[in-house]
Amino acid sequence: MLDSTPSTVADRVALKINPAKTCQPVGAVYAALGVHGCLPHSHGSQGCCAYHRSHLTRHFKEPVMASTSSFTEGSSVFGGMANLTQAFSTIFEMYDPDIVAVHTTCLSEVIGDDIPTIISKAREEGRIPEGKVVVHCNTPSFVGSHVTGFSAMVKGFVKYLSESTGTPSTAINILPGWVEPSDMTEIKRLVAAFGLPMTMLPDTSSVLDAPATGEHAFFPKGGTTLPEIKAMGDARATLSLGTWASLDAATLLETTCGVPFQDLDLPIGLAATDRFIESLRGLAGVEVPAQIEDERGRLVDVISDMHQYLSGRKVAIYGDPDHVIALTEFCRDMDMLPVHVLTGSVGNAFETRIKDILADSVPDANVKAQGDLFLLHQWIKNEPVDLLLGTTYGKFIGRAEDIPLVRVGWPILDRVGHSYFPTVGYLGSLRLAVEIISAIQERQDRDAPDHAFELVL
Amino acid sequence: MDLLDDRKRQVVTAGEARAVVCDRPSVAGSVTQRACSFCGSRVVLYPIADALHLVHGPVGCAAYTWDIRGAQSSGPQLHRLSFNTDIREEEVIFGGEKKLARALRELVAIHRPKGAFVYATCLTGVIGDDVEAVCRMATAELGIPVIPVQSEGFKGTKKDGYSAACRALDQLIGTGPTEGIGPHSVNILGDFNIAGEIWVIKGYLERMGVEVVATMTGDGRMDTIRKAHGARLNIVQCAGSMTSVAKLMKEKYGIPYVQVSFFGLEDCADALYQVAKHFGDPGMLRRTKDIVKAETEAVLPELARIRRDLEGKKAALYVGGAFKAFSLVKALRQIGMQVAMAGTQTGGPADYEHLKELCDADTILADDSNPLEMASWLALRDVDLFIGGVKERPVAFKLGIGFCDHNHERKIGLAGFEGCAAFAREVHATVTSPVWSLVPRRAGKALS
Repeated sequence: MLDSTPSTVADRVALKINPAKTCQPVGAVYAALGVHGCLPHSHGSQGCCAYHRSHLTRHFKEPVMASTSSFTEGSSVFGGMANLTQAFSTIFEMYDPDIVAVHTTCLSEVIGDDIPTIISKAREEGRIPEGKVVVHCNTPSFVGSHVTGFSAMVKGFVKYLSESTGTPSTAINILPGWVEPSDMTEIKRLVAAFGLPMTMLPDTSSVLDAPATGEHAFFPKGGTTLPEIKAMGDARATLSLGTWASLDAATLLETTCGVPFQDLDLPIGLAATDRFIESLRGLAGVEVPAQIEDERGRLVDVISDMHQYLSGRKVAIYGDPDHVIALTEFCRDMDMLPVHVLTGSVGNAFETRIKDILADSVPDANVKAQGDLFLLHQWIKNEPVDLLLGTTYGKFIGRAEDIPLVRVGWPILDRVGHSYFPTVGYLGSLRLAVEIISAIQERQDRDAPDHAFELVL
Repeated sequence: MDLLDDRKRQVVTAGEARAVVCDRPSVAGSVTQRACSFCGSRVVLYPIADALHLVHGPVGCAAYTWDIRGAQSSGPQLHRLSFNTDIREEEVIFGGEKKLARALRELVAIHRPKGAFVYATCLTGVIGDDVEAVCRMATAELGIPVIPVQSEGFKGTKKDGYSAACRALDQLIGTGPTEGIGPHSVNILGDFNIAGEIWVIKGYLERMGVEVVATMTGDGRMDTIRKAHGARLNIVQCAGSMTSVAKLMKEKYGIPYVQVSFFGLEDCADALYQVAKHFGDPGMLRRTKDIVKAETEAVLPELARIRRDLEGKKAALYVGGAFKAFSLVKALRQIGMQVAMAGTQTGGPADYEHLKELCDADTILADDSNPLEMASWLALRDVDLFIGGVKERPVAFKLGIGFCDHNHERKIGLAGFEGCAAFAREVHATVTSPVWSLVPRRAGKALS
């Protein structure tokens, strides 16, 4: 009954069905939550803010705080200046954040509100107390996707706050991309293993994976601090993880503060983690710690032990471009066949990159940027797969076609664990590999006739 | 805690003479729990299962309303797909009307639906798309009703969106044949069939001998809504969202309506009696008494058992509309719990006056509250239970307080007599959960 997808693919130009993306502002909210003492502020109608908070809460099962300019019909005619000005007074009086991160919405963008002017006027009027910081980014929802919104907010923090004092530090910057709090914790562990001092921006660990303490912390204890963001301008290098989510901020750090960067993939899977570890080794000038070599060895061991269950399995991968690129490469390296690869976000570079990864193993894979899950479903009807790899939204396809789904990426609305157990690094990749193998083996057990139902797999 | 001066007037204790100031926009800068008009329209109309629901606007408005509410359908599931014009920069400059018309054509070709609702958003409102005109043309061209919903987000809160949804329904009602509809016939308005609740209510009505013509909008269908004007009575639940449809139908078709609630034993029995009394049929009245008696007796022993554990425990609730708050206060009292705080997103002055009468003198009443305030009240009054929606849930759990979702994400039907028992079980389970004895603030207290 849930399956109302015809298998014939007809051209659609005006219509998205079952999107594989959402709008920019939610990315700006997620990024801002990774800064300590920061209140994300949505300059638009209050529904936007309610939706972003609800959706992030559904994914993280955590309180998500953000304020809104609460646009009315009047503001849509006369502009939102009065709303934002009033908002600053309310916010600092009521919630007292260290920093307010304003992002725009489609409404305020079309109206043409000039945020920097409103901020400086509010400061002149004393609505922004001394020592408090306000930053902003532009995130119209008719441009880009939630990933570019994340990127814009990270860039906004750098633009407003990072400074070069002329005295380089020994620290490095890590722009982790749109990953889970668990992933950020894991990346910090890996960097620390090389003895490298670092700043990560944003850092949602201890924010969106907060423990139950019996109290509600309006501003949880985690997050990148203002002095840390400021000092990013003095770092000796930036590792930008995930081109779509991180490269803009990395580039800005280089052009304004002279901090060189390396554009890396999200360290998910063997090859991508190897490249990340190699970058860390180069920066630290030390050997790769034995402990990390062992973690790599275990990942390789499990993949080779289980090769017979992975080899030749067809997989459909969808979600955010940075994730999808890393996952495609990982699946390829595990001898799986990513036959359908799709993202909702924009960018021809995505298609080029995926085709490049699959050039030898699956040269005729279906690859699409700006796709939607309706199209993915149609592809699958025409060429079935053994596994779906992506967000919760794939569960409808999984049910209709009876295909197992391994949940990875954002959002995951119907399971827990992602915020606590990483997908990055060798350990995180091992966890993901185990989930993939388990899904395949579960299916094999379920479908095996009695005579072929085996105790040992 | 310190409330902004401006906020103070929106918060009272029930024993105070002062009225709750409400029906006003949120102060800009608040972490308000409120949403927008679009959200209101979308939740009201989306359960109509054989219609296309096309969001004309940016992808976000479609993504965040994609199947988030468990509005169940006994048949088609078309309402659970997400259709969107995905407005981009080009349309912002040149207008989105052509794209909308084309999207409708593409959609109808794929899904051949009974009709379509087109939701206007902030974006298409501010760029000036004439959604109504496009819908008019599409109706003529495609041969199905294509109904505009003027739900631009900036037009107000969810409540304003409910009105827009009601105006859309009004366009549909009265366009279908009414032959064969009997004299003891009703429409159910304002139930969205979350967790199958409308099937429970429909079951009672059918046992009473009442014919249900249209359900709006839970498990709703285009054809039944089109002939809803053939029913002789409208039963309005969730008064905030659907009373305006009932009023319009009264004006246009002379159909009377009753405002009821199916939450709580008392209210549920009262609802069924109101319907039976309206039709004045002695047989029906007798059947209704039998149903109320049998159903009440079936759940009372369990409620009494649960009450023994919950007696004297304290609850707080924050809900969208005031009618739900009334029912919840009564339902909580039934299981022995006191209400320490009651708030709504969109209650009106009369609602808060009624709430004052229902609550204890020291109950905190709050309009358009925010998490900071609520967290402080929950701790101050040391409550054992918080009832709310998705944004309130994790706040309760962080504080180590039991939680019950009475909003989109409830998974257990809470309507009807059996729903009372389900509600009591859910409250009991969360309030007496052993996990609270492990949470620092409440350690050792929860199981006492």
